[in-house]
Amino acid sequence: MSDANMVIYLKVWRQANGAAEGKFVDYKVDTVSPDMSFLEMFDVLNNELVKKGEDPIAFDHDCREGICGMCSMMINGKAHGGQLNTTTCQLHMRKFKSGDSIVVEPWRSRAFPLVKDLAVDRSAFDKIIQAGGYVSASTGNAPDANANLIPKTIADIAMDAAACIGCGACVASCPNGSAMLFMGAKISQLAVLPQGEPESAKRTLNMVKTHDELLFGNCTNHAECVATCPKGISMEHIARMNREYTKATFSYFEPKNAGGAG
Amino acid sequence: MSGAVTTFLRSSIGRKQLIAVSGLLLCGFLVAHLAGNVLLLVGSDAFNIYAYKLHQLGPLLYVAEAGLVALFGGHLALAMKLTWENKVARGQKYYVKNRTGRGETIMSATMPYTGLIILVFLVLHIIQFKYGPYYSTEVDGVMMRDLYKTVIEYFASPLNTAWYVVAMFAAAVHTSHGFASSFQSFGWNHPKWMPGVKSIGVIYAIAVGGGFALITILLHVKGA
Repeated sequence: MSDANMVIYLKVWRQANGAAEGKFVDYKVDTVSPDMSFLEMFDVLNNELVKKGEDPIAFDHDCREGICGMCSMMINGKAHGGQLNTTTCQLHMRKFKSGDSIVVEPWRSRAFPLVKDLAVDRSAFDKIIQAGGYVSASTGNAPDANANLIPKTIADIAMDAAACIGCGACVASCPNGSAMLFMGAKISQLAVLPQGEPESAKRTLNMVKTHDELLFGNCTNHAECVATCPKGISMEHIARMNREYTKATFSYFEPKNAGGAG
Repeated sequence: MSGAVTTFLRSSIGRKQLIAVSGLLLCGFLVAHLAGNVLLLVGSDAFNIYAYKLHQLGPLLYVAEAGLVALFGGHLALAMKLTWENKVARGQKYYVKNRTGRGETIMSATMPYTGLIILVFLVLHIIQFKYGPYYSTEVDGVMMRDLYKTVIEYFASPLNTAWYVVAMFAAAVHTSHGFASSFQSFGWNHPKWMPGVKSIGVIYAIAVGGGFALITILLHVKGA
C-alpha cells in the first residue's frame, strides 16, 4: 500500500436527464490513493459532493470485480480507459500519474439514451437478446455431464463468446456505434453448441433485424470493439454471425402448415 | 424467398457483404487494368493494338463497361449510406476521441476519404483518356486510335504524374483495409488463415497501387 495521495483533475460530463442540456464540470480530487479503482475515486468525489450539499455524479456500477458489465465510462476517449481486458472497476489509479487531467464521458450511442450524467440506458441490448438470444427448447432436468459430447475446442469457443458481460464498450468505442461484437458473441455462444444450433437461423435473423432497427451502426471491421472489450471477445464471432446470417437468409423458412400427427 | 432476399439486402450484414463482393470484383478489375498498362512499357504499338482489340469486342465491351459502372456505383452508393448511418448512430460526439491503437488503423479510419479520392480520380481519369485528345495512327495497315500518344502527353506534366501517384496511394490504402475486411464480412475469418489473408491484402495493395504509380512515373520519365 502506498500512502502518497495523488491529485487528479477530472472533467466529468454532467447532465440532469436525457432531455436536459449537458456540460463538462471540472473537479479536483486530492485524496486519491494509487490502490483505488477508478470507481472508488468517484466514490470519494461523490462523498465530498454530498458533504457540500451538491448532487453526486450518477454512474453505473455493481459487482466491482469485472464480471457484471455495469460500469461504463469513456475515460480520455477510451472505453473503460483502454487497458487490455479491463473494466472501469478494475482500472486502478496507479495507472495514472498524480496531477493527471482525465476526461470522463458517458457511452455515446443513439441506441443508448442518456439517463443521467455518466449513466446510459443499455436496454437496447436486452431487446437484442429478447429477439432470439436464448434456447427455447425445453431441456428438462439437468442432463448427465457426459450425455452431450462436446469437444473441448468447441466448448472453449462457446465459453469465450459467453464471457461477454454486455457492458456496451464495443458500441461505445466502435467508430460506427455498431453492436456487432455483442451480438456476434451472443449468437456464437449458442450456434456452436448442440443445444443452440437448431434454432441458430431464426435467432440470427431476428437478432440482426432488431439490431438494425435499434439505430446501431454498421460494422466496417475496424476491430476497435475487440481492442476495448474487457472480455477480449474476438472478431471471429462477428464473422460467425455474418455467415450464420447469410446461411439463414437462404435456408430458413417458417413451416406453413401445422403437422398432422397420426 | 424474394422477401428473404430483400430483407437480406436491406440488412446491415447483407449490405456490407454487397460492398465486400463489389469491392473484391473491383480489385480483380484493377489487376486486369494493371496488366493492360504494362503494355505501355512494351511500346506504343503493343498498347494501341491492345486498346484497339478491346474496342473490337463491340457489344461485349458495353456489357463489361455497364458491369463496371454497376460495381462502382453500387459500391459507392452503399458505402455512402453506410457512412451516413454510422455517423448518425453515434449521436452526440465524444469530446475526446482516442483510440487504443489495437483496433482501428489509419487505413480503416480513412476508408470514406480514400474512397472519395478514388471517385474524383475515376471521373477525371475517364475524361482525360477515354474522352481525351484523339490521335490516329496506323499499325500494320490498320487505322486505330493512338491512345499511347494521349497517355504520354498527359504524363509529360509532373503535376499530372504527381496527382496519379497520390490517387494510387489512396487506392492502395483503401484496398489494404478493404481486401481482408471483405473476407471478415463474408464470415471467412479463421484464426489459422486470417493473418495470411491480411498479408495478401497488404501485398495486393502495395503491388497494385505501387505498380500503377511506378508505370506513371516511368511514362513521365519517358515523355518529359
